[in-house]
Amino acid sequence: MYNNLVDCFEHTVHLFSNKMAILDANSKLNFKQLRARAMKLAMVISNNKKSINKPIAIFLPKSNDAVVAFIATLYTGNCYAPLDVKNPMSRIIKILNKLKPVAIITDTKHLDILKSYNLDIKIITCNALPQTPNIPYNFNYKNCIDLDPAYIMHTSGSTGIPKGVAISHRSIIDYINWAIDAFTISENEIIGSQAPFIFDNSTLDIYLMVFKGATLHIIPEQLFVFPAKLLEFLETHKVNFVFWVPSVLIYIANLKLLSIYKIPSLKKVLFAGEVMPTKHLNYWIGNLNKDILYANLYGPTEITVDCTYYIINRPFKDNQPLPIGKPCRNSDVFLLNNNDELCKTNEQGEICVRGSSLALCYWNDIKKTNAVFVQNPLNNSYPEKIYRTGDLAFVNTMGEIIFSGRKDNQIKHLGYRIELGEIEHSVLSTFESIIARAIYDAQNREIVLFYESKTEIPIRLFRQKLAKVLSGYMIPAKYYKVDTMPLSLSGKIDLAALQKQFISKKKSLEMAK
Amino acid sequence: MKTINKSVLKHLSQIKPEFNFLHSSNFVAEGLLDSFDVIHLVTVLDTEYNISIDGIDIVPENFSTIASISKLLIKNGVLECT
Repeated sequence: MYNNLVDCFEHTVHLFSNKMAILDANSKLNFKQLRARAMKLAMVISNNKKSINKPIAIFLPKSNDAVVAFIATLYTGNCYAPLDVKNPMSRIIKILNKLKPVAIITDTKHLDILKSYNLDIKIITCNALPQTPNIPYNFNYKNCIDLDPAYIMHTSGSTGIPKGVAISHRSIIDYINWAIDAFTISENEIIGSQAPFIFDNSTLDIYLMVFKGATLHIIPEQLFVFPAKLLEFLETHKVNFVFWVPSVLIYIANLKLLSIYKIPSLKKVLFAGEVMPTKHLNYWIGNLNKDILYANLYGPTEITVDCTYYIINRPFKDNQPLPIGKPCRNSDVFLLNNNDELCKTNEQGEICVRGSSLALCYWNDIKKTNAVFVQNPLNNSYPEKIYRTGDLAFVNTMGEIIFSGRKDNQIKHLGYRIELGEIEHSVLSTFESIIARAIYDAQNREIVLFYESKTEIPIRLFRQKLAKVLSGYMIPAKYYKVDTMPLSLSGKIDLAALQKQFISKKKSLEMAK
Repeated sequence: MKTINKSVLKHLSQIKPEFNFLHSSNFVAEGLLDSFDVIHLVTVLDTEYNISIDGIDIVPENFSTIASISKLLIKNGVLECT
């Protein structure tokens, strides 16, 4: 058993050196080439220094280059933090200020924008590397232990600053070895990768390649806009494994495309990131090969991608929710009620997780870390951390966990995890003298912003300004002006009253049609 | 400008006010529309004209210019002067 991701990769390279590892729209690399490129970049990053466990920011589009940068970082004994090149720079700067990386890896295309901010951070351009000597090099990863961080993924933060979730080598090894056994993964897997690298679902795609020698196709992002082309891509490249967000599966189902594209190669369809509506899954099951495996996975970034799973093994009616199932191997998932006691069957409680999967921390944020990674209230005998997810669920009579909602204002939209608070903070910091509250219209899958202001603000202006501070998927679709925000007795904005106003507004708009 | 074209332009500028769609010769290639925008646009057009744009028609060629989007609407039975 290996305890460092680089050892796992070296093992795979040894077995499959000439096999295809990754392909993007511009290039392809076999395992030997991937290793050579990662090592060359690692030498430049390390620059003969001995430091380990420092964050390296990766400012690259989703590409082979990004995967090279991830693996290179691991060779240096440091951890990588993927950033979204499509984010507004103000959000990137917020992340960098908190992360304090020792270097940023980018390409020549994105170099100028980074330079224009005069960051006091070393910038490495991965497609214009200096010459490195062709001699055996002692990589620093050999000094690492399995509890050292491997990556830092950023998730939306309710106070407006994204949180960096640090995940160790041990957590990834534990997770991937479970997935390999649960879904009988081999080098024959041809993976169609959808998840952006800033989203931890991509961990499964990348590390099934790294651990087992599977082939990873980085599907051009544009194809997810045009699903007919996407399905053509799967057929052309004989993709047999996908791990996608339900939004994409729903989009394809809504457009009824599976009567035209049968994707004969497809064998495994996994999904996670948000609730998968049973109706749309039934459309997939009804229209494709009967021997395809479908699995519903669940888990927040803080416990390394997934902590429960359910392999669909019986028919479900369109209106029946899919279980999120049972804990993954070596994870314990249990529900605690408001008194921190274990829930009984069918009693709703907060999903809590213990296991090697738990993140190390929120990077450079001890206060937020201690708020959710807490002592197990069921254990008074020795220190034992659990992660309180903030998600609600119950266990049915068959012992399956059924997801039932959130304790707070976090939402899932297009598969992305968003704190409505981050949207509200950005609105307040952009538009002075207005009060704003965001809600999620789950039925129409839209973020709606209510604002209190003397004058109406044009949607154009909202969208234009918010695009400079928020990720595209966080920008509200609808904007409603209210004369005064409804307040609760405690003087806070009354969300329930706002929801009511929204429903009556929707009804009157529908009537007017 | 024809009424359909005008309506398409209106929706496009509402979805992406930061871009001038009249100055672009290919919205997709030039990155004016990303996946969220196309999904959003299809929903808006479906609702406005009470049509259901076929999945097989959601291809880059049909979303590259105002004229191509208008052509798609006409194919779905949308008439001028509505």
